[in-house]
Amino acid sequence: MIIKILGSGCKNCVSLAENTKVALEETGVAAEVIKVTDIQDIIAYGVMSTPALVIDEKVVSFGKVLKPKEIVKLLETAR
Amino acid sequence: MVFEWLNNQLLRMEWLSNLVKLLVENVLGLSIQDRWGGGLHFFIYDVLKIFILLSVLIFLISYVQSYFPPERTKKILGRFNGISGNILGALLGTVTPFCSCSSIPLFIGFTSAGLPIGVTFSFLISSPLVDLASVLLLASIFNWTIAIAYVIVGLILAVIGGTVISKAKLEKYVEPFVFSNKMPEIEPERLTTRERLDLAKDQVRDIVRRVWVYILIGVGIGAAIHNFIPENIISLLLGQDKWYSVLLATFVGVPMYADIFGTLPIAEALVAKGVGLGTALSFMMAVTALSLPSLIMLKKVVKMKLLVIFAGIVTIGILIIGYTFNALGYLLM
Repeated sequence: MIIKILGSGCKNCVSLAENTKVALEETGVAAEVIKVTDIQDIIAYGVMSTPALVIDEKVVSFGKVLKPKEIVKLLETAR
Repeated sequence: MVFEWLNNQLLRMEWLSNLVKLLVENVLGLSIQDRWGGGLHFFIYDVLKIFILLSVLIFLISYVQSYFPPERTKKILGRFNGISGNILGALLGTVTPFCSCSSIPLFIGFTSAGLPIGVTFSFLISSPLVDLASVLLLASIFNWTIAIAYVIVGLILAVIGGTVISKAKLEKYVEPFVFSNKMPEIEPERLTTRERLDLAKDQVRDIVRRVWVYILIGVGIGAAIHNFIPENIISLLLGQDKWYSVLLATFVGVPMYADIFGTLPIAEALVAKGVGLGTALSFMMAVTALSLPSLIMLKKVVKMKLLVIFAGIVTIGILIIGYTFNALGYLLM
């Protein structure tokens, strides 16, 4: 599984990355986490409000910092 | 009668003013007629009032805004042409969550979706200038007539500014890479009420964390104007009878970066010192609508010429608003 975190380095993006790590540990899902910071790459996903979470190239959330619990749910549906 | 009571107690928070007065006079032993006592009263009362109003308002507004993420705004705007696009852009600007850090992705997103840049500029002008929170704060500090007048002129500025940019066909001054993006549509997820409430709560925390410094500085300057800077200096620079007062207030305000919540107490103190309403409003509008950081950010996506035209139109608009309010302000107070 490939997880991307979209955001140009704001504080919220860092929090989302941390929460994602917690969620991954909790579920034991093996995933590669990539941070996407370039505006044009972010736009290419259709996202304007960051941070956003992309699982296997599908935008699953944008414009908010998901809590670990919510990420766990998304990871389980994606699996 | 009931409305007046609610207005005075909930919005203007007279109870808080009285409470702070008790604190300053009885606990600290200073008279509020006195310079230090008065300054302290202004500072404590305004800081508390703004933080309380800010938290409540941001909460309510974020709840409304959760229905209008930029991704949806973009889709709505795509269906309108001409001036109705500009009007809608200006209106949606008031409800779409915005901070200067998101202006670039918004600009690229809107433009690559095929929206005319004029519509995007209408949105970019109204978004920081007019939002629901600023309306209620203006009503709290001044009165409802002024608050509503502010919204109307703010929206008119956004519509006219965007329309002029549309008509002047300035697309060639947008950096070419902006057009080369293909942007897919994404569906905003359906949120439950619970999730919207959580989102609103997070938003309050984020915004308070981001703006508290500006509020303290703003109220500090307000208190200084209110009680320490001699009135004749203020009226020499910004007095009603000085033709250059609006000009000065606008040009001082343009490069500054602050939140509307930080600038309101300054405007409040200026008006209390006899500065014209138009002068105070143009200062506020100049600070919120234009700032060096946001212009530098926009420079990444537009060429210098368009940037100058944009800043020029907004500045001229603010000057006109300032002089008009100064001339007609007595009708509103």
